[in-house]
Amino acid sequence: MQTAAQPILEMRGITKTFPGVKALTNVNLTVMPAEIHAVVGENGAGKSTLMKVLSGVYPSGSYDGAIHFEGRERHFHSIANSEDTGIIIIHQELALVPLLSIAENIFLGHEPATHGVINWFEAFARTKELLNKVGLAEHPNTLITNIGTGKQQLVEIAKALNKKVKLLILDEPTSSLNETDSNALLELLKGFRAQGISSILITHKLNEVMKVADRITVLRDGMTVDTLDTSSGKVDEDRIIKAMVGRELTDRFPPRTPRIGEPILEVSNWNVFHPLHAERQVIRDVSLSVRAGEVVGIAGLMGAGRTELAMSVFGRAYGQKISGEVKIRGKTVDVSTIPKAMAAGLAYATEDRKTYGLVLIDHIKHNVTLANLEGVSSRSVIDEPSELSVANKYRKDLAIRCSSVFQTTVNLSGGNQQKVVLSKWLFSGPDVLILDEPTRGIDVGAKYEIYGIVNQLADAGKAVIVISSEMPELLGISDRIYVMNEGRFVAEMPAKEASQEKIMRAIMKSWDK
Amino acid sequence: MSDVSTKAAEGTDILRFIKANIRDTALLLSLLAIMVFFQITTGGVLFKPVNMTNLILQNSYIVIMALGMLLIIIAGHIDLSVGSVSGFVGSVAAIMMVPWKMDPFVTIAACLALGAAIGGIQGYFVAYHKIPAFIVTLAGMLIFKGLSLTVLGGASVGPFPKEFQLLSSGFVPDIFSVSLFGGPFNLLALMIGGLVTAIIIYFNVKERREQQAHGLAEEPHSIFLGRNVLIAAAFMGFSFLMAQYKGLPNVLIVMFTLIALFVFITTRTTFGRRVYAMGGNEKASKLSGINTERMTFLIFVIMGTLAALAGLIFAARLNVATPKAGLGFELEVIAACFIGGAAVTGGVGKIIGAVIGAFIIGVMNNGMSIMGVGIDWQQVIKGAVLMFAVFLDVYYKNKG
Repeated sequence: MQTAAQPILEMRGITKTFPGVKALTNVNLTVMPAEIHAVVGENGAGKSTLMKVLSGVYPSGSYDGAIHFEGRERHFHSIANSEDTGIIIIHQELALVPLLSIAENIFLGHEPATHGVINWFEAFARTKELLNKVGLAEHPNTLITNIGTGKQQLVEIAKALNKKVKLLILDEPTSSLNETDSNALLELLKGFRAQGISSILITHKLNEVMKVADRITVLRDGMTVDTLDTSSGKVDEDRIIKAMVGRELTDRFPPRTPRIGEPILEVSNWNVFHPLHAERQVIRDVSLSVRAGEVVGIAGLMGAGRTELAMSVFGRAYGQKISGEVKIRGKTVDVSTIPKAMAAGLAYATEDRKTYGLVLIDHIKHNVTLANLEGVSSRSVIDEPSELSVANKYRKDLAIRCSSVFQTTVNLSGGNQQKVVLSKWLFSGPDVLILDEPTRGIDVGAKYEIYGIVNQLADAGKAVIVISSEMPELLGISDRIYVMNEGRFVAEMPAKEASQEKIMRAIMKSWDK
Repeated sequence: MSDVSTKAAEGTDILRFIKANIRDTALLLSLLAIMVFFQITTGGVLFKPVNMTNLILQNSYIVIMALGMLLIIIAGHIDLSVGSVSGFVGSVAAIMMVPWKMDPFVTIAACLALGAAIGGIQGYFVAYHKIPAFIVTLAGMLIFKGLSLTVLGGASVGPFPKEFQLLSSGFVPDIFSVSLFGGPFNLLALMIGGLVTAIIIYFNVKERREQQAHGLAEEPHSIFLGRNVLIAAAFMGFSFLMAQYKGLPNVLIVMFTLIALFVFITTRTTFGRRVYAMGGNEKASKLSGINTERMTFLIFVIMGTLAALAGLIFAARLNVATPKAGLGFELEVIAACFIGGAAVTGGVGKIIGAVIGAFIIGVMNNGMSIMGVGIDWQQVIKGAVLMFAVFLDVYYKNKG
């Protein structure tokens, strides 16, 4: 390892300035051949900007510094340039066409053709080969829309392999994958490493970094603050977090003394069928209860039915042929539409902020009051001053970082967007808050703040349900945990007695049945 | 801070504000430029009181329909049927008043209800069955075009009772008898103009006070002042012109009342806010408890009612209902909204923008007709203006 191997990629002194903002200052990044290199940093630290410089999205000349790839200085002017040399990025939002097949997607723009006539036999044969390499057992004719996110991720990688990749860049590849799929993906990266293909892994999930990365570059505020070598044995998650935030995070979860009161929400014998396939039962006979001041976690793998459960309870926003009973403070309530569910005291903050949570083209103020316009209006006429003071109150209470409440939400970081969504639901004055993946894609510092907000809600006597794929998070903030698998609750345990192993064991045992 | 640097700061403030609001500024300046251009090329005919009155009458139904169309476009839909619907409602009105000899006021009420019902039917399919508005209203366009032919039996029906004609050809009666420039001068028109100006300026000042109270007044003082002086000059100049002819047309009063109402709805009410939210992100709005289906339905009902009103005004102006009435109106109405800055993707648009857009088209129609430009080239030029306006919009949006 310590031989004088030439780095495959060297980015030296990269400085990128936007009007008024210095996004990157003198950043260095060196990737060795056959290495998995993690790039970590809080949101806004400059990771995506750096990757855009590398891939030619920001063309050569629009930044200072030099890029050397395979020993030569390169000037990329577009993504096509960088792809030609073997640098391929897979973005967080996958760039696949949902209604085309796997084969069509893999060869999109590079179809094997003579005189414009596509040779589908060759395309299929090569697709099969590529799918084998990434370990995906699907027919090349399968439409992208019919396979899950995890498999779509693999198709993206197969597509990259088809382009003779030498350096694979993955931007938050596991953010929407469950544990099993994530592990499979990481194993795949290790396999590539064995074949001499290097990878850059951009992620918030430090446990994954610890699992696979050879070296770690930490960015903070557009600067390289540290490059850590995991083989030295002195690197652990706390060490990385310290470098990322520039301070020691002694507690990753703010402390709370639970004061648990009367049951608020009780759901019993809840059954839901798939909205399109009426014969497929998605939720089977689920019963749950949440008390005042209690934080209840729902654990489970992707596809366990957690989001479907939450959305079906919240005004039948998901599913059909729904049966079961919902009680609030002991009284049966009608939650058959979203307005009725809200009137009953429910609120649901979605796992997908951008698609289901925010009006991105509108500013913070309008987003905060959207679910409770009655609260800032009389006889349907909006009272602007009171709306403004409401927005400013939540800006202050939740520490939303913005230039003013008139800032468009699309320009906010993930953490601040999430705070706007939470503000919206807090202002609707609910008794029960269902938070679906409240910290997905959010950096460590903002996560801590979100946990603080969850604690405050519980302390204010609300009933809080948290759905999360990150088990440490569930263990850290919940009082009680339900474990869900295949549409059923398979276990329930106080958080104090729970552990990641216990939860996984409960899931595995339920498979056996 | 020295006096010089304060001035410099104010100067950059003004520039920055104009830049940030380039869309609105450009739109208004375009209208002014077009008006000046035609004033010159028509040899001063454009601003003659008679022509100004005509321009208002010719344009009123486009403006009125553009108000509803803007709501539809903000909500992310489109309505291609408004021309046919207005023609159909005009035909029904003619049949009710001429062969059936029904009371004009009953007819007007019944026809507005008919328009609302037509809008409701189309809205029902768009809102509750999720059929794209493009398809539903394309069908509506064909259906109502055919139905107005059927209703009229292919012939023209008219003339109408006096009371009905007043809807378009009537003027607010003068209560004073004053002479100026050797002719009668409608003092009431000028007074109404002054009153409206005073009201607008009152609300502008009030809004600015509120903004200042919250430290939100981004508009530099000089621009605020200039804007209000310009508004006052435009309104007073306009009512002065109108006063020299027959005064204020009834249609103008109807039109301004509706514009004021729709500005209020879009900027100050929960209904308006929800329309914008729905167009910006329908899924998020639905999950925030907004009944998006009912909202869509209501917007189409409003559009149908306005199309009916426009049809009545158009019929009253011609004093006859013809099977060709309303032909192609939908295109001018939709063009007005997009010239006025509405976005095809929904969620964006302003009433004032759509109104200015409608006037840009109206002034061009009027000016080119006076100049003797053929109907063929008029269409080419209007098409080019629409393309150019939207191109500028997209260009500046991408430049950020």
